[in-house]
Amino acid sequence: MQRLRVRYAKRGRLRFTSHRDISRAVERAVRRAGIPVAYSAGFSPHPKISYAGAAPTGVASEAEYLEIGVTTPCVPEQVKLGLDGSLPPGLDVLDVVEAGPGGLADRLEVSDWEVRLPGADRELAEVAVEKFLAASTVDVERLTKKGPRRFDAREAVLRLVVSEGTDRTAAQVQGRPCVILRMVVRHMTPAVRPDDVLTGLRLVADFAPPVPPEVTRLAQGPLDASTGALADPLDLDRDTTRGGEAGPAGEHVAG
Amino acid sequence: MPVESIFHRLEALLPKVQKPIQYVGGELNSTVKDWDSAEVRWALMYPDAYEVGLPNQGVAILYEILNELPGTLAERTYAVWPDLEALMRAEGIPQFTVDAHRPVRAFDVLGVSFSTELGYTNMLTALDLAGIPLTAADRGDDDPIVLAGGHAAFNPEPIADFLDAAVLGDGEQISIAISEVVREWKAEGRPGGRDELLMRLAESGGVYVPKFYDVDYHPDGRIKRVAPNRADVPWRVHKHTVMDLDEWPYPKKPLVPLAETVHERFSVEIFRGCTRGCRFCQAGMITRPVRERSITTIGAMVENGVKESGFNEVGLLSLSSADHSEIADVAKGLADRYEGTNTSLSLPSTRVDAFNIDLANEFSRNGRRSGLTFAPEGGSERMRKVINKMVTEEDLIRTVTTAYSQGWRQVKLYFMCGLPTEQDEDVLGIADLAKKVIKAGRDITGSRDIRCTVSIGGFVPKPHTPFQWAAQADHETVDRRLKALRDSLRGDKQYGKAIGFRYHDGKPSIVEGLLSRGDRRVGAVIRAVWESGGRFDGWSEHFSYERWMAAAEQAGVDVAWYTTREREENEVLPWDHLDAGLDREWLWQDWQEAVTGGEVEDCRWTPCYDCGVCPTMGTEIQIGPTGRKLLPLTVV
Ligand code: B12
Ligand code: SF4
Repeated sequence: MQRLRVRYAKRGRLRFTSHRDISRAVERAVRRAGIPVAYSAGFSPHPKISYAGAAPTGVASEAEYLEIGVTTPCVPEQVKLGLDGSLPPGLDVLDVVEAGPGGLADRLEVSDWEVRLPGADRELAEVAVEKFLAASTVDVERLTKKGPRRFDAREAVLRLVVSEGTDRTAAQVQGRPCVILRMVVRHMTPAVRPDDVLTGLRLVADFAPPVPPEVTRLAQGPLDASTGALADPLDLDRDTTRGGEAGPAGEHVAG
Repeated sequence: MPVESIFHRLEALLPKVQKPIQYVGGELNSTVKDWDSAEVRWALMYPDAYEVGLPNQGVAILYEILNELPGTLAERTYAVWPDLEALMRAEGIPQFTVDAHRPVRAFDVLGVSFSTELGYTNMLTALDLAGIPLTAADRGDDDPIVLAGGHAAFNPEPIADFLDAAVLGDGEQISIAISEVVREWKAEGRPGGRDELLMRLAESGGVYVPKFYDVDYHPDGRIKRVAPNRADVPWRVHKHTVMDLDEWPYPKKPLVPLAETVHERFSVEIFRGCTRGCRFCQAGMITRPVRERSITTIGAMVENGVKESGFNEVGLLSLSSADHSEIADVAKGLADRYEGTNTSLSLPSTRVDAFNIDLANEFSRNGRRSGLTFAPEGGSERMRKVINKMVTEEDLIRTVTTAYSQGWRQVKLYFMCGLPTEQDEDVLGIADLAKKVIKAGRDITGSRDIRCTVSIGGFVPKPHTPFQWAAQADHETVDRRLKALRDSLRGDKQYGKAIGFRYHDGKPSIVEGLLSRGDRRVGAVIRAVWESGGRFDGWSEHFSYERWMAAAEQAGVDVAWYTTREREENEVLPWDHLDAGLDREWLWQDWQEAVTGGEVEDCRWTPCYDCGVCPTMGTEIQIGPTGRKLLPLTVV
C-alpha cells in the first residue's frame, strides 16, 4: 500500500475547525477528489487517514500533517491538486509526498509559532519575554479534561522573540500595529502550547494582552542539530522516494 | 451603500464560545455574491442551531435558487446559542449571516423557514439582535420584509404580529416571484414605501400579509370573521405547488458543513406530497398531491450530489419513501452502483409490510442489518382505524417476523399517545404488541438476541387536518397513560428486558398545541416567553413549560381553550382564510368518519375521493412508472 504524506494549512476563519471537523472534511475531500483511499476491514470500514499532532481549535496553521493510505499508486502532485480543489478554501494543501521509511510523527519534534497580540504593549511584552527566558522554570496551570494540571512551560521553549507587524485578522481587515511573538517550542508531554507560554508571561511579568491572541503554527519538524533551525519533515521522504518530482509508473489519479 | 462584514468583531468573541466553527461559514458550495451589484438581497434563516438548520433542505434549495438568479443574492443565518448571544449583546454585534457576515438588517427580505412552531422564540432573538423591531407595525422602510415559510407557516397567526408576510407551500417559484416584485419596486424608487411593497405582494394572492386582514372575535372568544381590510387583497391566500419536480433538481450544489450536524448525508427528495391520508399528519395533508421525481432524475441527482459533496451516505427523502412507484428499481440501481464504494444508502421508511423489508435489505447490502423502523402509530386496531393507519396486528407481526428471520436484530416501533377517542387500553395495547413482536422474533430465530424499541410521542392536533377540530389530550392524561405503558413493559419478566421504551412527557405537546392551533392573541404569549428568556424551545434542556404557562397567564390566554377544547363544525378557525386546497367539508366528513370508524384509501392508487386539492390548486398526481432505468454510472 502506498502512503502519501500531506502538509496542509488551516487558515483564516477555518482555524476554528476542530480536529474532528477537519477529519470529516478531509474524508469528504478525498472522496470528491476520487483518491483511491484504502479502507480498514470490518463492519464499519474507515478510510486510512491518520493525523499527526493537530493544532488546537482556534489556532491557525501553515504546517499540519496527515497521511493517506491508497490502494493504487498515485502521483503526489496530482493528489495535491485534487485534494486542494476538493477542500473548502482555508483548508489548503501545501505539499504531498510519497512516504518513505520511518514514521512522520517522530520527525515533528518542534513547532514554530507566531502569536499576534493586537493592541498589546510592545515594551511590556519585551520585558515579560526577557523575564520568562531568564527563569529556569515557569510553572503554569491549565485546565485539561482530567482537571487542572501544573507543568513547566519554560523548558520546552527554545526561542522566544518579540517583533512588530500590523494587525491582520482572518477577515483581512488592515489594522493597527500589533505585537508579534515568535516562539520555537519543543513537543513534550504534557504539550506546551503558545497559550501556556502566554500564561507564563502573565505569571512572570503580569503581561496580559487585551484581546484573544491570534496564533499560527508556521512550521513543524525536526530540529537541525547543526544550525538549530527547523527542517522540512517531508524532505526525508522526498530524498528516498523522489516524491513530487516523478511519480511511480502505473495508474494515475486525476483530480 | 457598502455593507461591511462584522467578522472582525465577531472573531474576537469566537474563542470564548462553544463550537465556534458553526458561526464562520465557508462551507463547501456556499456562495458569497457581490453586495453592491445585487438588486435584491435575501437573508434566509433556519430558526434553530446551525447543526439542525444547515441540513435543512428547504433553506438549502431556496439559497441555491435565489443565488442562481442574476441580480439576487441570498445568505444564510441561524440561531446563535445563548453564550454567543450574551457576548453579541455586550459588544453590540448584530445578527449576522454566516456567508459574508453581513448584518441581517441590511437585507431586503428575511425569509424564515419554520418546519416546527418551536422556532418562534428563536426568530424573536434574531430580530432583536438584528435591530429589527419585533412587531411588524413598528418597522420602517429600512427594515427587511420578514417572511415566513415552511410547514408551520400554514398557520402563521400566532406570529402574525411579528411577520410582514408568509408563504404557504413550495417555495421554489414563489421566492423567485417575490424577488421580482421587490426588484421592480426598488428599481422604481420604492414608491409608497414598505406598505406598497407589501400591497404588491398581497395582491398577487400568493403571499399572505397579516396586517391586511382584520380578525373580529365573538364575546366568548371564538373568531367571528377574518377579513381583508383593503380592497384588492384577496379573501383567501393559496398555497404554492411545484409541478414537475424533474424541472427543479435541487440541491445541485449541496452545502457541506465543517461543523458536525444532525444529518450528515446527501438527501434527495424522491417525491413530494403523500396521499395515504393519515388523519394526524399535517405534512401529508398540506403537501398534496403526490409528485414524484423520475427514476432518471433521482439517479442523476444522487450521482451529482455525491460527487459535489463527498458525503458517504445518500438519503432518499419523502414522506413515505417506499411508496415511490419505481422505488424497487431505484433501490437496486443505487445499491448496484455504489456496491463496494463505502457509500451507504438510507431510506426513511416506516411502512409496515414485507416490501419495506426487501428495500431495507437492498439498502443494507454492504452493511450491517442493525435496525428497522415501523410506524403503526396507534396501539390498538380501533385506534389505527381512527387515524386511518390501516395496519392490522397480523400485518405487523408478519412483517417483523420476516425482518427478524432475515437477519435484522432490532425493530423500532413508532406510536402516538393522546389521539382522539383514545382510552387507556389503547395505549396499553402497545405493550401487548411489543411483547408479541419479541415473541415472534424469538420463535423465528431461536435466539434471545432480539430487541424492540417502542418510541412514543404526544399527539398534537394540527391545522388543515381532519383532527383540526379535535380536543388535545391534557398532559396529565398523556403522562398517566405513558406511565402505565412503561410499567407494563418494564414489569414484564419474560419480555421486559428485550423492549426499550422512549417517550417524552406530555407538557411540551401542550405548548406545541397552543402554537399550532393558536390565533393572533397567542402572539403575546410568545413574546412574553421570549422576554423572560425563552430560547431554543425544541431542546428539552432549554424548554420550560412553567415559563410558557406563566407567560400565558400574564397575557390572559387560556391554554386549555386553545388545546383541550373540541371545536364545532362552524367555528371559524384561525387559518380558515389560508388555503391548503383541502375542502373544509371533506376534512369535516373525514373527522366524523374517524370517530365512527370509516377509512380512506390512498388516492395515488385508487380513484379520487375529492379532497379538493387538485381542482382548487390546478394540480394533479404525478407518478410513474416511467419504465426507465437509472443511468449507468460514469465515474466511481
Ligand atoms: C429530514 C427531516 C428532519 C431532520 C432534519 C431537519 C432539518 N433541519 O431539515 C431531523 C431529523 C433533524 C428532523 C427533526 C425534526 N423534525 Co423533521 N423531517 C425531516 C423530513 C423527513 C424532510 C424535511 C425536508 O427536507 N423536506 C424537504 C424540504 C425541501 O421541504 P421544506 O423544508 O418544507 O421546504 C419547502 C417549503 O416548505 C418552502 N419553504 C420552507 N421554508 C421556507 C421559507 C421561506 C421564506 C419560503 C418562501 C418558503 C419556504 O420551500 C421549500 C421548498 O419547496 C420531513 C418530512 C418531509 N418529507 O418533508 C420531516 C418533518 C419536516 N419533521 C417533522 C418534525 C415533527 C420534526 C421534529 C419536530 C421532530 C421532533 N419531535 O423532534 C424535529 C424538529 C427539528 C427542528 N428543531 O427543526 C415533521 C413536521 C411536522 C408537521 N409540520 O406536521 C415532518 C413533516 C415529518 C412528519 N411527517 O411529521 N427532521
Ligand atoms: S383531489 Fe383527489 S386526486 Fe387530488 S389529491 Fe385530493 S384525493 Fe387525491
